[in-house]
Amino acid sequence: MIDRSEVLHIAKLARLSISDEEVDVLAAELSGILDHVEMISKLDLAGVEPSAHSVAQTGWLRPDVPHESLSREKALDQAPATNGEGFEVPPPGSGS
Amino acid sequence: MSTDITKLSVTETVAAVAAGDISKANLHATWLDRARLDDLNALSWVADRVKLGGEDGPLGGVPLGVKDLFCTEGVPSQSGSKILEGYLPPYTATVVEALTEAGAPLIAKTHQDEFAMGSSNENCAFGPVLNPWDRGRVPGGSSGGSAAAVAAGLVPWALGTDTGGSIRQPAALCGVVGLKPTYGSVSRYGMIAFASSLDQAGPITRTVADAGLLYSQMTGKDPRDATSVEHPDSVEPVVPMDLTGVRLGVPEELTGEGVEPGVREAFEATLDLARSLGATVAPCPLPHAPHALSAYYLIAPAECSSNLARLDGVRFGLRVDPDEGLDGMYGATRAAGFGREVRRRIMLGTYALSSGYYDAYYGRAQRVRTLISQDFDTAFEDFDAIVTPTSPSVAFELGSKTADPLSMYLSDFCTVPMSLAGIPAISIPNGLSDGLPVGFQIAGPAFSENRILGIAAALEDGLKFDGSPAWIA
Repeated sequence: MIDRSEVLHIAKLARLSISDEEVDVLAAELSGILDHVEMISKLDLAGVEPSAHSVAQTGWLRPDVPHESLSREKALDQAPATNGEGFEVPPPGSGS
Repeated sequence: MSTDITKLSVTETVAAVAAGDISKANLHATWLDRARLDDLNALSWVADRVKLGGEDGPLGGVPLGVKDLFCTEGVPSQSGSKILEGYLPPYTATVVEALTEAGAPLIAKTHQDEFAMGSSNENCAFGPVLNPWDRGRVPGGSSGGSAAAVAAGLVPWALGTDTGGSIRQPAALCGVVGLKPTYGSVSRYGMIAFASSLDQAGPITRTVADAGLLYSQMTGKDPRDATSVEHPDSVEPVVPMDLTGVRLGVPEELTGEGVEPGVREAFEATLDLARSLGATVAPCPLPHAPHALSAYYLIAPAECSSNLARLDGVRFGLRVDPDEGLDGMYGATRAAGFGREVRRRIMLGTYALSSGYYDAYYGRAQRVRTLISQDFDTAFEDFDAIVTPTSPSVAFELGSKTADPLSMYLSDFCTVPMSLAGIPAISIPNGLSDGLPVGFQIAGPAFSENRILGIAAALEDGLKFDGSPAWIA
Protein backbone atom coordinates (compact mmCIF):
# COMPACT_ATOMS: atom_id res chain seq x y z
CA MET A 1 0.00 0.00 0.00
CA ILE A 2 1.10 3.51 -0.78
CA ASP A 3 0.14 6.25 1.65
CA ARG A 4 -0.18 10.02 1.30
CA SER A 5 3.35 10.79 2.36
CA GLU A 6 4.77 8.35 -0.20
CA VAL A 7 2.65 9.89 -2.95
CA LEU A 8 3.97 13.33 -2.06
CA HIS A 9 7.55 12.03 -2.02
CA ILE A 10 7.18 10.34 -5.44
CA ALA A 11 5.53 13.45 -6.90
CA LYS A 12 8.48 15.50 -5.73
CA LEU A 13 10.94 13.06 -7.32
CA ALA A 14 8.90 13.16 -10.54
CA ARG A 15 8.64 16.97 -10.56
CA LEU A 16 4.86 16.83 -10.70
CA SER A 17 2.74 19.29 -8.78
CA ILE A 18 -0.35 17.49 -7.50
CA SER A 19 -3.44 18.81 -5.82
CA ASP A 20 -4.55 17.70 -2.40
CA GLU A 21 -7.50 15.72 -3.77
CA GLU A 22 -5.26 14.03 -6.29
CA VAL A 23 -2.99 12.71 -3.53
CA ASP A 24 -5.72 10.41 -2.18
CA VAL A 25 -6.84 9.30 -5.63
CA LEU A 26 -3.28 8.44 -6.65
CA ALA A 27 -2.61 6.63 -3.37
CA ALA A 28 -5.61 4.38 -4.04
CA GLU A 29 -4.90 3.85 -7.76
CA LEU A 30 -1.19 3.14 -7.32
CA SER A 31 -1.92 0.77 -4.45
CA GLY A 32 -4.42 -1.10 -6.61
CA ILE A 33 -1.97 -1.48 -9.48
CA LEU A 34 0.87 -2.51 -7.18
CA ASP A 35 -1.36 -5.11 -5.51
CA HIS A 36 -1.84 -6.67 -8.93
CA VAL A 37 1.78 -6.56 -10.02
CA GLU A 38 2.85 -8.02 -6.65
CA MET A 39 2.00 -11.38 -8.31
CA ILE A 40 5.58 -11.52 -9.50
CA SER A 41 6.92 -11.40 -5.94
CA LYS A 42 5.76 -15.02 -5.60
CA LEU A 43 7.98 -16.26 -8.43
CA ASP A 44 11.27 -17.94 -7.65
CA LEU A 45 13.77 -15.82 -9.56
CA ALA A 46 16.96 -17.18 -8.02
CA GLY A 47 19.68 -17.39 -10.67
CA VAL A 48 17.61 -15.63 -13.36
CA GLU A 49 19.49 -12.84 -15.10
CA PRO A 50 17.64 -9.56 -15.74
CA SER A 51 16.91 -8.53 -19.36
CA ALA A 52 17.18 -4.82 -20.06
CA HIS A 53 16.52 -5.40 -23.74
CA SER A 54 15.13 -8.26 -25.78
CA VAL A 55 17.88 -7.98 -28.38
CA ALA A 56 21.20 -8.11 -26.56
CA GLN A 57 23.68 -5.57 -27.88
CA THR A 58 26.86 -4.30 -26.32
CA GLY A 59 29.63 -1.89 -27.15
CA TRP A 60 28.02 -0.35 -30.16
CA LEU A 61 30.33 2.51 -31.15
CA ARG A 62 30.42 4.72 -34.17
CA PRO A 63 33.53 6.38 -35.59
CA ASP A 64 34.21 9.64 -33.80
CA VAL A 65 33.94 12.00 -36.72
CA PRO A 66 32.44 15.49 -36.60
CA HIS A 67 29.10 15.84 -38.32
CA GLU A 68 26.50 18.50 -38.72
CA SER A 69 23.91 18.81 -35.98
CA LEU A 70 21.00 21.16 -35.34
CA SER A 71 21.79 24.84 -35.81
CA ARG A 72 21.37 27.10 -32.77
CA GLU A 73 18.48 28.78 -34.53
CA LYS A 74 16.62 25.49 -35.11
CA ALA A 75 17.41 24.20 -31.63
CA LEU A 76 15.95 27.32 -30.01
CA ASP A 77 13.02 27.66 -32.39
CA GLN A 78 10.44 25.78 -30.29
CA ALA A 79 11.60 26.93 -26.86
CA PRO A 80 9.10 28.71 -24.60
CA ALA A 81 11.73 31.35 -23.69
CA THR A 82 15.17 32.17 -25.05
CA ASN A 83 17.58 35.09 -24.99
CA GLY A 84 18.56 34.40 -28.60
CA GLU A 85 21.63 32.40 -27.59
CA GLY A 86 20.26 29.88 -25.11
CA PHE A 87 17.19 28.70 -23.21
CA GLU A 88 15.89 30.96 -20.48
CA VAL A 89 14.59 29.44 -17.25
CA PRO A 90 13.32 30.79 -13.95
CA PRO A 91 15.93 31.09 -11.16
CA PRO A 92 16.63 27.88 -9.26
CA GLY A 93 15.64 27.54 -5.63
CA SER A 94 12.37 28.40 -3.93
CA GLY A 95 10.91 25.21 -5.39
CA SER A 96 8.81 22.82 -3.34
CA MET B 1 -10.57 4.71 -66.87
CA SER B 2 -13.03 4.31 -64.03
CA THR B 3 -11.01 2.32 -61.50
CA ASP B 4 -11.94 3.36 -57.96
CA ILE B 5 -8.42 3.87 -56.67
CA THR B 6 -9.48 3.77 -53.04
CA LYS B 7 -10.85 0.23 -53.33
CA LEU B 8 -7.53 -1.19 -54.50
CA SER B 9 -5.03 -2.54 -52.02
CA VAL B 10 -1.76 -0.62 -51.94
CA THR B 11 -0.01 -3.54 -53.62
CA GLU B 12 -2.54 -3.35 -56.48
CA THR B 13 -2.22 0.44 -56.62
CA VAL B 14 1.58 0.27 -56.89
CA ALA B 15 1.20 -2.12 -59.84
CA ALA B 16 -1.38 0.15 -61.51
CA VAL B 17 0.90 3.19 -61.07
CA ALA B 18 3.81 1.24 -62.56
CA ALA B 19 1.65 0.19 -65.52
CA GLY B 20 0.66 3.80 -66.11
CA ASP B 21 -3.03 3.15 -65.35
CA ILE B 22 -3.09 5.64 -62.46
CA SER B 23 -1.24 8.95 -62.36
CA LYS B 24 0.37 10.09 -59.12
CA ALA B 25 -1.51 13.39 -59.35
CA ASN B 26 -4.83 11.52 -59.49
CA LEU B 27 -3.72 9.18 -56.70
CA HIS B 28 -2.84 12.07 -54.39
CA ALA B 29 -5.93 14.14 -55.19
CA THR B 30 -8.17 11.12 -54.59
CA TRP B 31 -6.64 10.33 -51.22
CA LEU B 32 -6.61 13.98 -50.09
CA ASP B 33 -10.35 14.03 -50.74
CA ARG B 34 -10.74 10.86 -48.67
CA ALA B 35 -8.64 12.22 -45.78
CA ARG B 36 -10.82 15.33 -45.64
CA LEU B 37 -13.88 13.15 -44.95
CA ASP B 38 -12.60 12.32 -41.45
CA ASP B 39 -15.43 12.53 -38.97
CA LEU B 40 -13.89 10.04 -36.53
CA ASN B 41 -11.24 12.41 -35.09
CA ALA B 42 -8.74 9.90 -36.52
CA LEU B 43 -6.49 12.50 -38.16
CA SER B 44 -4.60 15.21 -36.28
CA TRP B 45 -3.29 16.93 -39.43
CA VAL B 46 -3.91 16.62 -43.17
CA ALA B 47 -1.49 17.88 -45.82
CA ASP B 48 -2.55 20.73 -48.13
CA ARG B 49 -0.91 18.77 -50.89
CA VAL B 50 1.17 15.60 -50.99
CA LYS B 51 4.83 16.35 -51.52
CA LEU B 52 6.60 13.74 -53.56
CA GLY B 53 9.68 12.10 -52.17
CA GLY B 54 11.32 9.26 -54.03
CA GLU B 55 9.68 9.70 -57.42
CA ASP B 56 10.26 6.17 -58.62
CA GLY B 57 10.53 4.37 -55.29
CA PRO B 58 9.07 0.87 -54.85
CA LEU B 59 6.06 2.23 -52.93
CA GLY B 60 4.62 3.89 -56.01
CA GLY B 61 3.80 7.28 -54.50
CA VAL B 62 0.98 5.83 -52.38
CA PRO B 63 0.62 8.33 -49.52
CA LEU B 64 0.99 7.36 -45.88
CA GLY B 65 -0.78 8.21 -42.62
CA VAL B 66 1.69 8.60 -39.76
CA LYS B 67 0.99 8.37 -36.03
CA ASP B 68 1.27 11.71 -34.27
CA LEU B 69 4.34 10.67 -32.23
CA PHE B 70 6.68 10.42 -35.24
CA CYS B 71 8.64 13.65 -35.59
CA THR B 72 7.93 15.24 -38.95
CA GLU B 73 9.81 18.44 -39.69
CA GLY B 74 7.54 21.48 -39.71
CA VAL B 75 4.41 19.34 -39.18
CA PRO B 76 2.71 19.17 -35.74
CA SER B 77 4.03 16.17 -33.77
CA GLN B 78 2.29 16.16 -30.42
CA SER B 79 2.21 12.55 -29.27
CA GLY B 80 -1.41 13.10 -28.30
CA SER B 81 -0.36 15.46 -25.50
CA LYS B 82 -1.22 18.98 -24.47
CA ILE B 83 2.39 19.41 -23.35
CA LEU B 84 3.45 19.18 -27.03
CA GLU B 85 0.43 20.95 -28.55
CA GLY B 86 1.50 22.55 -31.82
CA TYR B 87 5.09 21.31 -31.49
CA LEU B 88 6.93 21.52 -34.82
CA PRO B 89 10.02 19.29 -34.72
CA PRO B 90 13.24 20.46 -36.36
CA TYR B 91 13.84 17.07 -37.99
CA THR B 92 12.01 14.01 -39.34
CA ALA B 93 12.06 10.46 -37.91
CA THR B 94 14.37 8.08 -39.79
CA VAL B 95 11.57 5.69 -40.73
CA VAL B 96 9.31 8.45 -42.10
CA GLU B 97 12.23 9.80 -44.11
CA ALA B 98 12.99 6.31 -45.45
CA LEU B 99 9.37 5.71 -46.47
CA THR B 100 9.09 9.11 -48.17
CA GLU B 101 12.26 8.29 -50.08
CA ALA B 102 10.82 4.87 -51.00
CA GLY B 103 7.73 6.52 -52.47
CA ALA B 104 5.22 6.72 -49.60
CA PRO B 105 4.90 10.46 -48.89
CA LEU B 106 3.17 11.87 -45.81
CA ILE B 107 -0.52 12.68 -46.27
CA ALA B 108 -1.82 12.88 -42.69
CA LYS B 109 -0.88 12.49 -39.04
CA THR B 110 -3.10 10.31 -36.84
CA HIS B 111 -4.38 10.72 -33.29
CA GLN B 112 -3.23 8.41 -30.52
CA ASP B 113 -3.34 7.93 -26.77
CA GLU B 114 -1.10 10.47 -25.04
CA PHE B 115 2.52 9.33 -25.34
CA ALA B 116 1.13 6.00 -26.60
CA MET B 117 -0.18 5.10 -23.14
CA GLY B 118 -3.59 3.55 -23.50
CA SER B 119 -5.68 0.86 -25.12
CA SER B 120 -8.68 2.92 -26.22
CA ASN B 121 -7.50 6.29 -27.55
CA GLU B 122 -9.49 7.94 -24.78
CA ASN B 123 -6.24 9.28 -23.34
CA CYS B 124 -5.74 11.57 -26.35
CA ALA B 125 -5.59 15.23 -25.26
CA PHE B 126 -7.39 16.17 -28.48
CA GLY B 127 -10.45 13.98 -27.95
CA PRO B 128 -11.11 10.28 -28.46
CA VAL B 129 -10.98 8.62 -31.88
CA LEU B 130 -14.22 6.84 -32.80
CA ASN B 131 -14.39 3.29 -34.12
CA PRO B 132 -15.74 3.34 -37.70
CA TRP B 133 -17.64 0.06 -37.09
CA ASP B 134 -19.62 1.65 -34.24
CA ARG B 135 -19.06 5.27 -33.32
CA GLY B 136 -20.09 4.63 -29.73
CA ARG B 137 -17.07 2.39 -29.29
CA VAL B 138 -13.31 2.83 -28.98
CA PRO B 139 -10.92 2.03 -31.85
CA GLY B 140 -8.37 0.53 -29.46
CA GLY B 141 -5.05 2.10 -28.73
CA SER B 142 -2.65 3.55 -28.70
CA SER B 143 -2.42 3.68 -32.53
CA GLY B 144 -6.22 4.05 -32.72
CA GLY B 145 -6.15 6.95 -35.19
CA SER B 146 -4.02 4.99 -37.65
CA ALA B 147 -6.19 1.87 -37.36
CA ALA B 148 -9.49 3.78 -37.64
CA ALA B 149 -8.19 5.83 -40.60
CA VAL B 150 -7.12 2.73 -42.53
CA ALA B 151 -10.37 0.88 -41.71
CA ALA B 152 -12.52 3.83 -42.75
CA GLY B 153 -10.59 4.33 -45.98
CA LEU B 154 -9.29 7.80 -45.02
CA VAL B 155 -5.70 6.79 -45.84
CA PRO B 156 -4.43 3.83 -47.89
CA TRP B 157 -2.04 2.69 -45.16
CA ALA B 158 -0.48 4.01 -41.98
CA LEU B 159 2.35 3.81 -39.49
CA GLY B 160 1.73 2.90 -35.88
CA THR B 161 3.91 2.05 -32.94
CA ASP B 162 3.60 -0.87 -30.56
CA THR B 163 4.95 -0.97 -27.00
CA GLY B 164 2.65 -3.58 -25.43
CA GLY B 165 0.07 -4.07 -28.20
CA SER B 166 -0.50 -0.57 -29.57
CA ILE B 167 -0.43 -1.65 -33.24
CA ARG B 168 -2.03 -5.09 -32.92
CA GLN B 169 -4.93 -4.33 -30.55
CA PRO B 170 -6.34 -1.32 -32.47
CA ALA B 171 -5.84 -3.22 -35.75
CA ALA B 172 -7.92 -6.05 -34.25
CA LEU B 173 -10.66 -3.71 -32.96
CA CYS B 174 -10.90 -1.89 -36.32
CA GLY B 175 -10.71 -4.95 -38.61
CA VAL B 176 -7.36 -4.20 -40.27
CA VAL B 177 -3.88 -5.76 -40.37
CA GLY B 178 -1.20 -4.65 -37.88
CA LEU B 179 2.39 -5.87 -37.71
CA LYS B 180 4.64 -5.32 -34.72
CA PRO B 181 8.11 -6.12 -36.05
CA THR B 182 11.08 -7.58 -34.21
CA TYR B 183 12.44 -5.07 -31.71
CA GLY B 184 15.36 -3.18 -33.23
CA SER B 185 14.56 -3.95 -36.86
CA VAL B 186 13.13 -0.44 -37.38
CA SER B 187 14.90 2.70 -36.22
CA ARG B 188 13.29 4.52 -33.30
CA TYR B 189 15.08 7.78 -34.08
CA GLY B 190 12.50 10.55 -34.15
CA MET B 191 9.78 8.53 -32.42
CA ILE B 192 8.72 10.46 -29.31
CA ALA B 193 9.64 7.82 -26.75
CA PHE B 194 7.38 5.95 -24.33
CA ALA B 195 9.33 2.84 -23.21
CA SER B 196 12.56 2.60 -25.13
CA SER B 197 13.25 -1.12 -24.65
CA LEU B 198 9.82 -1.98 -26.08
CA ASP B 199 8.75 0.73 -28.57
CA GLN B 200 8.72 -0.38 -32.18
CA ALA B 201 7.20 1.12 -35.34
CA GLY B 202 5.17 -1.00 -37.73
CA PRO B 203 2.56 -0.95 -40.50
CA ILE B 204 -1.23 -0.82 -40.22
CA THR B 205 -2.83 -1.81 -43.52
CA ARG B 206 -5.88 -3.37 -45.16
CA THR B 207 -4.06 -6.46 -46.43
CA VAL B 208 -1.20 -8.67 -45.27
CA ALA B 209 0.68 -8.06 -48.54
CA ASP B 210 0.50 -4.30 -47.95
CA ALA B 211 1.95 -4.76 -44.44
CA GLY B 212 4.86 -6.73 -45.89
CA LEU B 213 5.38 -4.13 -48.61
CA LEU B 214 5.54 -1.21 -46.16
CA TYR B 215 7.71 -3.11 -43.66
CA SER B 216 10.17 -4.09 -46.41
CA GLN B 217 11.11 -0.40 -46.71
CA MET B 218 11.26 0.28 -42.96
CA THR B 219 14.07 -1.98 -41.79
CA GLY B 220 17.73 -1.23 -41.35
CA LYS B 221 20.40 -0.26 -38.89
CA ASP B 222 20.43 3.45 -38.18
CA PRO B 223 23.55 5.19 -36.84
CA ARG B 224 21.20 7.45 -34.89
CA ASP B 225 19.57 4.56 -32.97
CA ALA B 226 22.10 2.38 -31.14
CA THR B 227 19.47 -0.32 -30.52
CA SER B 228 18.69 -0.75 -34.22
CA VAL B 229 19.92 -3.87 -36.00
CA GLU B 230 20.20 -5.02 -39.58
CA HIS B 231 17.46 -7.50 -40.48
CA PRO B 232 19.23 -10.75 -41.38
CA ASP B 233 16.75 -11.42 -44.22
CA SER B 234 15.41 -9.18 -46.91
CA VAL B 235 11.68 -8.82 -46.47
CA GLU B 236 10.15 -10.55 -49.47
CA PRO B 237 6.88 -9.71 -51.26
CA VAL B 238 4.23 -11.64 -49.36
CA VAL B 239 2.90 -14.87 -50.84
CA PRO B 240 0.48 -17.09 -48.94
CA MET B 241 2.44 -19.92 -47.34
CA ASP B 242 1.55 -23.54 -47.98
CA LEU B 243 0.49 -24.49 -44.45
CA THR B 244 1.04 -28.22 -44.94
CA GLY B 245 3.00 -29.40 -41.93
CA VAL B 246 3.25 -25.91 -40.38
CA ARG B 247 3.13 -26.29 -36.59
CA LEU B 248 0.95 -23.76 -34.76
CA GLY B 249 1.12 -23.55 -30.96
CA VAL B 250 -1.83 -22.42 -28.87
CA PRO B 251 -0.85 -21.24 -25.37
CA GLU B 252 -3.62 -22.00 -22.91
CA GLU B 253 -2.34 -19.15 -20.73
CA LEU B 254 -3.38 -16.57 -23.36
CA THR B 255 -6.48 -18.23 -24.79
CA GLY B 256 -8.41 -19.39 -21.73
CA GLU B 257 -9.96 -17.32 -18.98
CA GLY B 258 -10.87 -13.74 -19.84
CA VAL B 259 -11.45 -14.26 -23.57
CA GLU B 260 -15.01 -13.35 -24.64
CA PRO B 261 -17.09 -16.23 -26.07
CA GLY B 262 -17.50 -14.54 -29.48
CA VAL B 263 -13.77 -13.94 -29.74
CA ARG B 264 -13.06 -17.53 -28.74
CA GLU B 265 -15.49 -18.87 -31.34
CA ALA B 266 -13.82 -16.87 -34.11
CA PHE B 267 -10.40 -18.01 -32.90
CA GLU B 268 -11.42 -21.68 -32.87
CA ALA B 269 -12.92 -21.36 -36.34
CA THR B 270 -9.64 -20.02 -37.71
CA LEU B 271 -7.73 -22.87 -36.03
CA ASP B 272 -10.06 -25.23 -37.93
CA LEU B 273 -9.31 -23.32 -41.12
CA ALA B 274 -5.57 -23.68 -40.46
CA ARG B 275 -6.02 -27.43 -39.94
CA SER B 276 -8.00 -27.71 -43.16
CA LEU B 277 -5.08 -26.02 -44.94
CA GLY B 278 -2.70 -28.65 -43.57
CA ALA B 279 -1.32 -27.04 -40.42
CA THR B 280 -1.02 -28.93 -37.16
CA VAL B 281 -2.42 -27.21 -34.09
CA ALA B 282 -1.35 -28.21 -30.59
CA PRO B 283 -1.22 -26.77 -27.07
CA CYS B 284 2.00 -24.90 -26.36
CA PRO B 285 2.87 -23.93 -22.78
CA LEU B 286 4.07 -20.41 -21.99
CA PRO B 287 4.15 -20.89 -18.21
CA HIS B 288 5.28 -17.35 -17.34
CA ALA B 289 2.93 -15.53 -19.72
CA PRO B 290 0.40 -14.81 -16.93
CA HIS B 291 3.11 -12.69 -15.27
CA ALA B 292 3.85 -10.66 -18.40
CA LEU B 293 1.32 -7.96 -17.66
CA SER B 294 2.76 -7.38 -14.18
CA ALA B 295 6.30 -7.14 -15.52
CA TYR B 296 5.15 -4.87 -18.32
CA TYR B 297 3.31 -2.50 -15.99
CA LEU B 298 6.53 -2.02 -14.03
CA ILE B 299 9.03 -1.86 -16.91
CA ALA B 300 7.03 0.41 -19.23
CA PRO B 301 6.12 3.02 -16.57
CA ALA B 302 9.71 2.97 -15.24
CA GLU B 303 11.08 3.73 -18.69
CA CYS B 304 8.35 6.32 -19.35
CA SER B 305 9.12 8.14 -16.11
CA SER B 306 12.70 8.50 -17.29
CA ASN B 307 11.90 9.35 -20.93
CA LEU B 308 9.26 11.93 -20.07
CA ALA B 309 11.64 13.82 -17.80
CA ARG B 310 12.67 15.75 -20.91
CA LEU B 311 9.27 17.42 -21.02
CA ASP B 312 10.05 20.13 -18.53
CA GLY B 313 9.05 23.44 -20.14
CA VAL B 314 12.62 24.37 -21.05
CA ARG B 315 13.46 23.42 -24.63
CA PHE B 316 10.10 22.86 -26.33
CA GLY B 317 6.42 22.50 -25.60
CA LEU B 318 4.25 24.00 -22.91
CA ARG B 319 5.60 26.13 -20.06
CA VAL B 320 3.52 27.11 -17.05
CA ASP B 321 5.42 29.42 -14.70
CA PRO B 322 3.73 30.25 -11.41
CA ASP B 323 6.75 32.42 -10.46
CA GLU B 324 7.95 29.96 -7.82
CA GLY B 325 11.41 29.30 -9.20
CA LEU B 326 12.68 26.56 -11.49
CA ASP B 327 11.24 23.60 -9.59
CA GLY B 328 7.89 25.39 -9.39
CA MET B 329 7.94 25.82 -13.18
CA TYR B 330 8.80 22.15 -13.74
CA GLY B 331 6.04 20.90 -11.46
CA ALA B 332 3.36 23.26 -12.78
CA THR B 333 4.24 22.64 -16.43
CA ARG B 334 4.15 18.88 -16.05
CA ALA B 335 0.94 18.94 -13.99
CA ALA B 336 -0.82 21.08 -16.60
CA GLY B 337 0.64 19.38 -19.67
CA PHE B 338 0.26 15.67 -18.86
CA GLY B 339 -3.10 13.91 -18.71
CA ARG B 340 -4.24 11.63 -15.89
CA GLU B 341 -2.97 8.33 -17.30
CA VAL B 342 0.46 9.76 -18.11
CA ARG B 343 0.77 11.28 -14.63
CA ARG B 344 -0.29 7.96 -13.11
CA ARG B 345 2.35 6.03 -15.07
CA ILE B 346 5.08 8.57 -14.31
CA MET B 347 4.24 8.20 -10.61
CA LEU B 348 4.19 4.40 -10.83
CA GLY B 349 7.47 4.30 -12.72
CA THR B 350 9.18 6.78 -10.43
CA TYR B 351 8.11 4.66 -7.46
CA ALA B 352 9.35 1.43 -9.10
CA LEU B 353 12.75 3.02 -9.71
CA SER B 354 13.06 4.81 -6.39
CA SER B 355 15.62 4.01 -3.75
CA GLY B 356 14.64 0.96 -1.71
CA TYR B 357 12.12 -0.37 -4.26
CA TYR B 358 14.23 -0.79 -7.39
CA ASP B 359 15.16 -4.44 -6.76
CA ALA B 360 11.69 -5.44 -5.60
CA TYR B 361 9.93 -3.99 -8.65
CA TYR B 362 12.04 -3.04 -11.66
CA GLY B 363 14.75 -5.62 -10.97
CA ARG B 364 12.24 -8.45 -10.52
CA ALA B 365 10.28 -7.37 -13.58
CA GLN B 366 13.43 -7.57 -15.70
CA ARG B 367 14.04 -11.11 -14.45
CA VAL B 368 10.47 -12.11 -15.31
CA ARG B 369 11.14 -10.70 -18.75
CA THR B 370 14.03 -13.15 -19.12
CA LEU B 371 11.74 -16.07 -18.18
CA ILE B 372 9.14 -14.97 -20.73
CA SER B 373 11.77 -14.82 -23.48
CA GLN B 374 12.97 -18.29 -22.46
CA ASP B 375 9.39 -19.62 -22.65
CA PHE B 376 9.17 -18.42 -26.25
CA ASP B 377 12.61 -19.85 -27.11
CA THR B 378 11.47 -23.23 -25.82
CA ALA B 379 8.13 -23.01 -27.63
CA PHE B 380 9.77 -22.22 -30.96
CA GLU B 381 11.78 -25.45 -30.75
CA ASP B 382 8.49 -27.29 -31.34
CA PHE B 383 6.36 -24.74 -33.16
CA ASP B 384 6.71 -22.51 -36.23
CA ALA B 385 4.37 -19.89 -34.83
CA ILE B 386 2.26 -19.17 -31.77
CA VAL B 387 -1.33 -18.07 -32.27
CA THR B 388 -3.78 -16.35 -29.93
CA PRO B 389 -6.70 -13.93 -30.13
CA THR B 390 -5.19 -10.43 -30.42
CA SER B 391 -7.56 -8.88 -27.93
CA PRO B 392 -9.69 -10.77 -25.42
CA SER B 393 -12.68 -8.61 -26.38
CA VAL B 394 -14.15 -6.73 -29.32
CA ALA B 395 -14.20 -2.91 -29.25
CA PHE B 396 -15.72 -1.72 -25.98
CA GLU B 397 -17.99 1.27 -25.42
CA LEU B 398 -16.46 4.70 -24.97
CA GLY B 399 -16.10 5.47 -21.28
CA SER B 400 -16.68 1.89 -20.12
CA LYS B 401 -13.16 1.30 -18.76
CA THR B 402 -11.82 4.78 -18.05
CA ALA B 403 -12.65 4.68 -14.35
CA ASP B 404 -10.57 1.58 -13.67
CA PRO B 405 -6.99 1.67 -14.98
CA LEU B 406 -6.43 -2.00 -14.16
CA SER B 407 -9.35 -3.23 -16.31
CA MET B 408 -7.95 -1.18 -19.20
CA TYR B 409 -4.50 -2.73 -18.70
CA LEU B 410 -5.99 -6.24 -18.84
CA SER B 411 -7.04 -5.67 -22.46
CA ASP B 412 -3.33 -6.04 -23.38
CA PHE B 413 -2.79 -9.48 -21.93
CA CYS B 414 -2.50 -11.34 -25.24
CA THR B 415 -0.07 -8.86 -26.80
CA VAL B 416 2.30 -7.88 -23.98
CA PRO B 417 4.30 -11.16 -23.75
CA MET B 418 5.56 -10.80 -27.35
CA SER B 419 6.54 -7.21 -26.66
CA LEU B 420 8.62 -8.19 -23.64
CA ALA B 421 10.37 -10.88 -25.70
CA GLY B 422 10.91 -8.46 -28.61
CA ILE B 423 9.51 -10.94 -31.13
CA PRO B 424 7.37 -10.09 -34.18
CA ALA B 425 3.62 -10.59 -34.15
CA ILE B 426 0.85 -9.73 -36.59
CA SER B 427 -2.87 -9.26 -36.10
CA ILE B 428 -5.21 -10.05 -38.96
CA PRO B 429 -8.99 -9.58 -39.18
CA ASN B 430 -10.70 -12.74 -37.97
CA GLY B 431 -14.31 -12.13 -38.81
CA LEU B 432 -16.94 -10.46 -36.67
CA SER B 433 -18.53 -11.08 -33.33
CA ASP B 434 -21.90 -9.30 -32.97
CA GLY B 435 -20.96 -7.10 -35.91
CA LEU B 436 -17.60 -6.03 -34.48
CA PRO B 437 -14.15 -7.11 -35.71
CA VAL B 438 -12.07 -9.76 -33.96
CA GLY B 439 -8.29 -10.11 -34.33
CA PHE B 440 -6.16 -13.24 -34.78
CA GLN B 441 -2.53 -12.92 -33.65
CA ILE B 442 0.41 -14.85 -35.12
CA ALA B 443 3.82 -14.56 -33.40
CA GLY B 444 7.15 -16.00 -34.51
CA PRO B 445 10.78 -15.96 -33.41
CA ALA B 446 12.90 -12.81 -33.79
CA PHE B 447 13.29 -11.76 -37.44
CA SER B 448 10.71 -14.30 -38.71
CA GLU B 449 8.57 -11.59 -40.37
CA ASN B 450 8.63 -13.37 -43.73
CA ARG B 451 7.26 -16.50 -42.07
CA ILE B 452 4.46 -14.90 -40.05
CA LEU B 453 3.43 -12.73 -43.01
CA GLY B 454 3.23 -15.88 -45.16
CA ILE B 455 1.09 -17.71 -42.58
CA ALA B 456 -1.08 -14.60 -42.15
CA ALA B 457 -1.60 -14.33 -45.91
CA ALA B 458 -2.66 -17.99 -46.16
CA LEU B 459 -5.26 -17.50 -43.42
CA GLU B 460 -6.35 -14.14 -44.89
CA ASP B 461 -7.09 -15.91 -48.19
CA GLY B 462 -9.25 -18.45 -46.40
CA LEU B 463 -11.03 -15.96 -44.13
CA LYS B 464 -12.10 -13.53 -46.89
CA PHE B 465 -12.80 -10.74 -44.40
CA ASP B 466 -15.03 -7.93 -45.67
CA GLY B 467 -14.02 -4.58 -44.16
CA SER B 468 -16.45 -2.51 -46.22
CA PRO B 469 -18.97 -1.76 -43.42
CA ALA B 470 -16.31 0.47 -41.80
CA TRP B 471 -15.80 2.51 -44.96
CA ILE B 472 -16.87 6.18 -44.77
CA ALA B 473 -19.20 6.64 -47.72
